[in-house]
Amino acid sequence: MSDALDMRSRSKSGTAALRVPPVLTVVLALFALWYLAVVPMNVQETLTRAERAGVAITPDSALARRDTGNLALVVGNTHALGESWSLERPRLPAPHQVVSELYKSTWVEETTGRRGIVNSGSLSNRGLVYHAMVTLNATMVGFLIGTGLGILLAVGIVHSRVMDMSVMPWAIVSQTIPIVALAPMIIVVLYSVGVQGLLPKAVISAYLSFFPVVVGMVKGLRSPDAMQMDLMRTYYASSTEVLFKLRLPASVPYLFASLKIAIAASLVGAIVGELPVQKGGLGARMLAGSYYGQTVQIWAALFLAAALAALLVWAIGAAEKRTLRRMGMRP
Amino acid sequence: MIHVIGALVVWALGLAVNLRLANGPAHDTRAARLAVPLIFGATILIMWELIVTGLGVPRVILPPPSEIVATFAANLPLLWGDFVQTILKGALSGWVIGCGAAVLTALLVDRYAYLRDGLLPLGNFMAALPIVGTAPILVMWFGFGWQSKAAVVVLMVYFPMLVNTVAGLQETSAMQRDLMHTYAAGWGKTLRKLRLPAALPFIFNGLKITSTLALIGAIVAEFFGSPTQGLGFRISTSIGQLDLGLVWSAIVVAALTGTLVYGLVVFVEKKATFWHPSQRG
Repeated sequence: MSDALDMRSRSKSGTAALRVPPVLTVVLALFALWYLAVVPMNVQETLTRAERAGVAITPDSALARRDTGNLALVVGNTHALGESWSLERPRLPAPHQVVSELYKSTWVEETTGRRGIVNSGSLSNRGLVYHAMVTLNATMVGFLIGTGLGILLAVGIVHSRVMDMSVMPWAIVSQTIPIVALAPMIIVVLYSVGVQGLLPKAVISAYLSFFPVVVGMVKGLRSPDAMQMDLMRTYYASSTEVLFKLRLPASVPYLFASLKIAIAASLVGAIVGELPVQKGGLGARMLAGSYYGQTVQIWAALFLAAALAALLVWAIGAAEKRTLRRMGMRP
Repeated sequence: MIHVIGALVVWALGLAVNLRLANGPAHDTRAARLAVPLIFGATILIMWELIVTGLGVPRVILPPPSEIVATFAANLPLLWGDFVQTILKGALSGWVIGCGAAVLTALLVDRYAYLRDGLLPLGNFMAALPIVGTAPILVMWFGFGWQSKAAVVVLMVYFPMLVNTVAGLQETSAMQRDLMHTYAAGWGKTLRKLRLPAALPFIFNGLKITSTLALIGAIVAEFFGSPTQGLGFRISTSIGQLDLGLVWSAIVVAALTGTLVYGLVVFVEKKATFWHPSQRG
C-alpha cells in the first residue's frame, strides 16, 4: 500500500513540470517517429519520381541508387523528398494517407460510390464497412459459441472429478499449441463437407475463445472459500443451488477477465480464418492488399481491425463495470 | 460397423477405468494424476482411429491417427527442414529479439515514471490488438525469408513481454528498496540483487505467454508468403494438394514444439524462482 502511494507521489512530481498527459506524449512521439520513418522507407520511389520530373539526383541511375543505403540517399537528396508523404503506392504510408484511405473507403464509398448504401441500398463490397461487418459477425458468433461451450465445460469440470482430472490437463496443454495453424485446415475440411460462409470462421473463433474461458471459469467457480461452501451446506443447498447462488455469482469477475482475452482471440481467429477463403472480411482485404501491393489498403484494414478489437474489449470492460457494480462487488 | 462398436467399447472401458481411478482412494497420487489424462487422450485417439475407418470417412476430411503417424515418419527430413525454417530461424530469433528488446525497454521505462505512465496503457492496449495483421506488411518489407517472420514475432511478443516485465520491476516494496539504499547500493546493484530477482516470476509469465504467440506469428506470417519451406507453407500447400496426413504432421510438429518450449520455460522457472511462494510446497 505504502508502495503504491510512493509511486503515485513520484509520478505526480514527474508530471508537474510538463503538464502533458503521458499517454498523449508517447502517442505523439510515435506519430512523429512514423512521419520521420516514412522518408527513408519510401526514398527509392520518391527519388525515381523526382528524377522523372527533371530534378537532379546524386546517384543518377536507379541501379546505383538501389545499392546505396536508404539513409545515405536521404542525406544526399534533401531537395527532392517532397513527395515522400504523398506517394500512390508507398512502402510505408504516412498516417494521414491511412486516415484519408479509411475515410474514403468508409464514408465516401458508402455515400457517393455506385455500390454504396446510399445508391444501392446495401453496403458496398468495396468499402471497409462491409468487410468489417463480415469479420465482426464471424467474431461474435464464434465468441458466443466458444464462451457458451467454455462455461458449460467449466461447470462440468468443477462438478465431476473425472472430467477435471482427464480434461483439464489437456485444456492447459492446448494453450501452449499454436491453434491458429489449424485454421486453414478447418476451413477447407468444413468446405468439403458443404459448410461454408460464416460458420467455418466462427468455428475457428470459437475454438480460440473456448480455452481462455474454460481455464478462467474453472478458477472462478472454485473461488468460493471453504467457509462459504460450508454455509451453503448448513442451508442444505443442493449442488445446483450452490452453482446458481454461490459459484456462478462468485465467478463473474473471473468470467469478465477471460471474456476480454477471449474476444480479442476470437477476432484474431476470424481474421486468420478469412485468409484461405477470399470471400470478404478484413483478413481477405489484407491478403488482397498484399497481393496487389496496395499498402495503404492493408494499413487501413489493419487500423480498422485494431479499432474493432479496442471497441470489443472496451465494450466488455464497460459491461464488467456495470455488472460488478450492480452485484455490489465494486463500489 | 464392428469398428464403431469397438470404439464404443473402448470409450466405455476408458471411462470405467478413469472413473475408478478418479473416485478411488488413490486419486490424489502422482501416478493417478498422470494416468487419467493419458488414458483419456489414448481413448480419444483409439476412438478416432476406429470411427474413421469404421464409417469410411474420406481421407481428405479426417485421416486416422495411424496414417498421420505413418506420414510423419515418412517425411521426417522434410518436416525437420520446416522446423528449422519456421521455429529455429523465424520464431526463435524473433522471440529472443522481441523479449530482449522488451526487457531493455522495461528497464528504461522503469527509470522514468513519466515514460511508464505513457507506455504502460499503450502497451496494454497494443497487447489486445490483432498484431498478426501486420504480417502482410512485414512480409512486403523484409521479403519472403525468415527475417519477415522474425519481425512479425518481434512485434507480437514485444508488448505482452513489456507489460509483464514493467509490472515485475514494480514488485519490490519501498522498505526493501530503502534497505538497499542503506547498503549504499546504486541503481545497477539494486537491479541485480533485488529488483530483477523480484521481477523474475513476472518475466517468466511473460515468456510463457509469448512462446505460444511466437509460434502463431511465425506460422501465420508464412501464409502471406514464404520460401518453399516452413510449417505454415507446408500447411497451406498440403491443404491445396488435399494431403491431410502431411497437414496434420505439420500441426503435430507445431504442437509438440509449443508444449516442449512451454515445459522448458516452466522447468527453468522452477530452478530460477525456487524461493517464490508459488513454486514452494
